[in-house]
Amino acid sequence: MTHWLIAPIVLPALTATVILLFLRGRRLRLARYVSLGASAAWVALGATLVARASTGAIETYALGNWPAPFGIVLVLDRLSAVMVLLAAVLGLAVSLYAAASDLDRKGWHFHSLFHLQIVGLNGAFLTGDLFNLFVFFEMLLIASYGLMLHGQGPARLKAGVQYVVVNLAGSTLFLVAVGILYGVTGTLNMADMAMKVAAAPAGDEALIHAGGLLLITVFALKAALFPLHLWLPRTYAGTSAPVAALFVIMTKVGAYAIVRVTTLVFGASAGEAAWAPAAWLLPAALVTLVLGFVGVLSARSLRDLAAFGVVGSMGTLLAAVSVFQPEAITAALYYTLHATLAGAALFLTADLVGRRRGDHGDALTPGPRFPQVEVLSVLYFLAAIAVVGLPPLSGFLGKLFILDAVRPSAHGAWIWGFILGTTVVSLVGFARAGSTLFWESAEGPHASHCKVPVHPELTLGITAALLVGLGGLTVMAGPVTAYLGAASAQLFDTKAYLGAVLGAR
Amino acid sequence: MSLEFLVASGIGVLTSAGIYLLLRPRTFDVVLGLAFLSYAINLFLFSMGGLELGRPPFFDAGAPGYTDPVPQSLVLTAIVISFAMTALLLVLSLRTYLEAGTDHVDGEADPKKRAP
Repeated sequence: MTHWLIAPIVLPALTATVILLFLRGRRLRLARYVSLGASAAWVALGATLVARASTGAIETYALGNWPAPFGIVLVLDRLSAVMVLLAAVLGLAVSLYAAASDLDRKGWHFHSLFHLQIVGLNGAFLTGDLFNLFVFFEMLLIASYGLMLHGQGPARLKAGVQYVVVNLAGSTLFLVAVGILYGVTGTLNMADMAMKVAAAPAGDEALIHAGGLLLITVFALKAALFPLHLWLPRTYAGTSAPVAALFVIMTKVGAYAIVRVTTLVFGASAGEAAWAPAAWLLPAALVTLVLGFVGVLSARSLRDLAAFGVVGSMGTLLAAVSVFQPEAITAALYYTLHATLAGAALFLTADLVGRRRGDHGDALTPGPRFPQVEVLSVLYFLAAIAVVGLPPLSGFLGKLFILDAVRPSAHGAWIWGFILGTTVVSLVGFARAGSTLFWESAEGPHASHCKVPVHPELTLGITAALLVGLGGLTVMAGPVTAYLGAASAQLFDTKAYLGAVLGAR
Repeated sequence: MSLEFLVASGIGVLTSAGIYLLLRPRTFDVVLGLAFLSYAINLFLFSMGGLELGRPPFFDAGAPGYTDPVPQSLVLTAIVISFAMTALLLVLSLRTYLEAGTDHVDGEADPKKRAP
């Protein structure tokens, strides 16, 4: 048993504590260096985990050395490793941007909260225990409440109350679901629960079914699936753009949990509850898809636009997931990587534009021309191409993979129609927003008091780097999909997972 | 009346009170609603280990059985988290009331009592 698995949870927690205790107030500069150094280290750590997982072995780590069904285990497989790496890459970009744009100066404890958020994300990706998943969800939510309210202001506080209330109600439901499943199966370990569910007597199947659907409802709330998506646009548009960029991965945590729990516990062996969520997931995902990309048309600001783009991409992603076939999951995972980076790039672009337009902010109104409009229009153009899913960036490949993978499915035609239709709608929305911002700007004096960031080149560079990352994802699509294909094959090979966690029994 | 009926109906009453309050328009009601819901959930989790009377919490060779200790530890965790979250939400809604001038959950001012 190596200790690599606990590192992505313990090290960020220690970093957050050190920054909180010793690097407060005037030591912000030092706190930034520590925080950015640590963020870079998480990327290295994520890459190490991916390298370890790519051998195909499933590693486990028993906390406190309590053996599997009794203690909490952390499990590393290909999927969790790549999600940890994704969170680290996004985190590095966001923390760099926050430092370069002086966002961390607008309130207290930005860097501590940021690393606590990383703890919650990594824990949720690595844990193999249902109640522990709840605890890590709470952890990432608590950190996200602080980050969401960072910088304050009445609008942000109002959106914050709604965000906190919705998520507390979600946590309550999570506990009900965990309680029901524990009451029936007598275990919280996901691998053990999978075995108990498979062997459940006929009388218990209805309760297991109900508990499973409740659990998926909670994950759907995190993933902003219709009709539980209402909190997302206001929250993401209400908070600061770099934080919204970080939050893009929180919806993916919901999707990850849906994929993990359904394939493992409610998979083919689950009797009456087998693939129970799939029937609900598909229509909900398709409605989410439409709502997200139609919302793009109605957006009043660039951050609104990005938020609805996130909702739409979750719809695309979950439509592919709802098929629950290895090829479709592979495509959905590739799209997850793409959508996270693309959504974040769009939020950062919105921030760059908003800071240069003075009173107009990022509202979609014609305003005066602003400095560096050429560079920003190129960034916006690329980010929009990525989110809409046009060639040559990875969004196009991701959608192509999804369309190809769902072809054999019974509902493939529906998914094709919705994805292609909404692509056109979102294209119109993004084109309209771009022409308002960049073409209909009046010639005249520059905006009177635009708040250009302290390091304009650095902030532009970080946003550009995210888009270059998308380019890299496109060029490396072959090896990436090979890895993700192996990851989804591993998801469907539950025997290997059970064997690794519970030992040969 | 059995113990099971008592506990189950108690959970039911707490949950329905919580849901009713959660759907009210003002933040204080919502906070109370979430508190009621968390009480209901704590009881629910607790009873998920089975309701046993007069049994030891851990193994005792002399006793005919023991109560399940896992739900108790789950409830403990849930209590800590929900307590902290209620405190946070109270501070947050108070701050919102002071900054935004309204305690409506959707942030709109009350049309009947508009500030002069």
